[in-house]
Amino acid sequence: MSSFNRSTTRRRVLKGGAVLAGGAVLAPTVFTRGAWAEAFRNNPGDAGSVTLGFNVPQTGPYADEGADELRAYQLAVKHINGEGDGGMLNTMQPLALKGNGILGKKVEYVTGDTQTKSDAARASAKRMIERDGVVMVTGGSSSGVAVAVQSLCQDMGVIFMAGLTHANDTTGKDRRRYGFRHFFNAHMSAAALGPVLEAQMGKERRSYMLTADYNWGWSVEGSMTQVTENMGWETVSQVRTPLGAGDFSQYITPVLDSGADVLVLIHYGKDMVDSLTQAVQFGLRDKQVNGRNFEVVVPLYSRLMAQGAGKNVAGIYGSTNWHWSLQDAGTQAFVKSFGQEYGFPPSQAAHTCYVQALLYANAVESVGTFYPVEVIKFLEGFEFDGMGNGPTLYRAEDHQCFKPVLVVKGNENPSSQFDLLEVVQEVPTEQITYPHDLYAGDLGPYDV
Amino acid sequence: MASITEFNPSTPKRDAMIMTIFAVAVLTAPIWLTPIGANYPDLLQRFAIFGIFAIGFNILFGLTGYLSFGHAAFLGIGSYAAVWMFKLLTMNVLVALSFGILVTAVFALVIGFVCLRRSGIYFSILTLAFAQMSYNMAYSVLTPITNGETALILETADPRIIDRAILGDAKEALPSPSLFGLELTGYPAFYFCAVMLILAFWVSLKIFRSPFGLKLLAMKSNQNRMLYTGYNTKPYLLVAFVISGMYAGLAGSLMAVTDPLAGAERMQWTASGEVVLMTILGGAGTLIGPLLGAGIIKYFENIFSAVNRTQLGEVFGFLPEPVADALVSISSLFVGEGWHLTLGILFMLVVIFLPGGLMEGFSRLAQWWRRRRETSATVGDGAVQPSE
Repeated sequence: MSSFNRSTTRRRVLKGGAVLAGGAVLAPTVFTRGAWAEAFRNNPGDAGSVTLGFNVPQTGPYADEGADELRAYQLAVKHINGEGDGGMLNTMQPLALKGNGILGKKVEYVTGDTQTKSDAARASAKRMIERDGVVMVTGGSSSGVAVAVQSLCQDMGVIFMAGLTHANDTTGKDRRRYGFRHFFNAHMSAAALGPVLEAQMGKERRSYMLTADYNWGWSVEGSMTQVTENMGWETVSQVRTPLGAGDFSQYITPVLDSGADVLVLIHYGKDMVDSLTQAVQFGLRDKQVNGRNFEVVVPLYSRLMAQGAGKNVAGIYGSTNWHWSLQDAGTQAFVKSFGQEYGFPPSQAAHTCYVQALLYANAVESVGTFYPVEVIKFLEGFEFDGMGNGPTLYRAEDHQCFKPVLVVKGNENPSSQFDLLEVVQEVPTEQITYPHDLYAGDLGPYDV
Repeated sequence: MASITEFNPSTPKRDAMIMTIFAVAVLTAPIWLTPIGANYPDLLQRFAIFGIFAIGFNILFGLTGYLSFGHAAFLGIGSYAAVWMFKLLTMNVLVALSFGILVTAVFALVIGFVCLRRSGIYFSILTLAFAQMSYNMAYSVLTPITNGETALILETADPRIIDRAILGDAKEALPSPSLFGLELTGYPAFYFCAVMLILAFWVSLKIFRSPFGLKLLAMKSNQNRMLYTGYNTKPYLLVAFVISGMYAGLAGSLMAVTDPLAGAERMQWTASGEVVLMTILGGAGTLIGPLLGAGIIKYFENIFSAVNRTQLGEVFGFLPEPVADALVSISSLFVGEGWHLTLGILFMLVVIFLPGGLMEGFSRLAQWWRRRRETSATVGDGAVQPSE
């Protein structure tokens, strides 16, 4: 036993000694790191390149969106560095970017997996900021993640350009000085959908809402209820469903007997594909209730979801931020270069992320520094055009973009596997604008 | 007493040395983790925090053999409690930590009392049910307390009664958690977590060496026999469960300290499963194993998931292009979004070839080495020394 002890001890001493020796060799690198003290975090200084952080869901329920977002970011980096055909750099107005990177520095990027979890997303963003020295973090496909990463970026003093996030909170209750959202929100969806639904379905409808049971769902539910009740609809019931339920039959069966004639499905991603498919399979769309055709409404639509639900989306109304079939020059330039690169049209998630990356790069180029305070001040109140949505304003008070919203309908006769949604109406900006203090929030300070 | 020394071949001197080496290794982690790209405060903090979590889990699973599948609930409860202290009272971390541990202990007592009425798989399922219940409640019903999916975050408008009474109205920016004026962000936060980890390890070492630890081990090997000798095992189990829960509470509070946010997904069953994986990967019932497992899993999650094709291209850039392309295509399956795959394969290999976890691998190596040196001498009975 004593020999056992001695040899173990020696081994441990050797092991410890090796660790210490290794430490002594490496110690100097630790102390010199960060020696170029800076006025703000991750100042690229005289470096020849600058790093952006793309934080997208690569696993989990929104992985499809995340993959498309990453494609868009890679394309944006190419275009900013002057490779490829330039995409929206040819159409964006006003434009300061010269196609030689940002302020002459080549753009590089790091990627991370948010897993659609606040914790993982923040860990990933922190890695980008602390280890990789990124000047800007962007991405995400969920409002929970957007709010969490946005408040982290505020604490860290690094700009966050939100990806796909639709809840009102992101630029409402939880708005932050360092966070910017190009995507539209639940309030705008409801405001845009309202009049179209009224025109298509009349004023006397009874609606039944199935809502994903978390902040985004409640946000949309609140906005939709307000708008539909204002035009005379009656809300029969609001049922909350757990996220990722998979089987929605127990929630859909009661709809048949409730006397409702409109089903509002406030689901996203795979949940929406499942619940919509099941609603159609249960024959809701073929029913007549109160002498009217039964209708289904999906407030937040996306092409990726429509692809998942297939034929079932035919004739179903919803709203989107953008659609690839738009005919303006910005959209066409983007769809063309995305299609050439990857062989299929981009989703709205890809579009908003691509635009966000370009907007940040352009802001830095315009003010001539990466200093976030100057970049923020430039973006606040920035008006631009040629990015696929028509004239757009980044509102200074809440960092929300204001631009027309698309009301879309599932295509009855799609001509291709991507031609699933048809644009019913481009709702003008005035109709969806709301006062910035409608959802009270505090941006916080410029200097952190 | 003979049985104790036989099972547990340790002396106070040897324990002191283990502690010293452990402390030095933890405190110098920023240096020796640099070559593998893990040297940045956030990941180091995570290593320490999940190390504490796994060490605590091991006190329950490693010693008593009771497999809790709901430990993440305590992690989440600790986080929520700590963030509420930041919001209501003060940014001082000691208040948050103590409250976090206390609240978790209460929850662990209640949950443990119910769950420990059963053993084996029924115990696991019960704990899983409680954790999933906590998760779903935090996610929706308890939103006023937990802020649901958005997660509980600090606001400039929070009361922070004590801070305001002492410092007056704070500046416009959000305050950071602090230890009597020392702001705990970046490396200071890591060293704080590191000190906590060393303390946690020391307590765990003491438990492993104590008669209490031995009783737990005896229950693991044969609970009936314990009962026949007249021991009432329930209180011991409950104490082990609560201690283990308090470790998780400490880890959860530390998560809130390093990053003042508490989200419900911290309590999801996948998070509970993660700590089981950590413990088994490293070696259940060993002192260091769970810590090692925690480190490996967190390393995979944070570093492997961030490697993309461009970086792989640079790594294989020295090879001729077709070979490099092929290698990049193959290896890209295992990094980036494929990090789960790599981890899964590693886990499979460990479970199949090293059922005792990585620690078994190390002790096998050590034995092989010893046997090579002392070919003539016989070394014990060749049994694995799990307490190492």
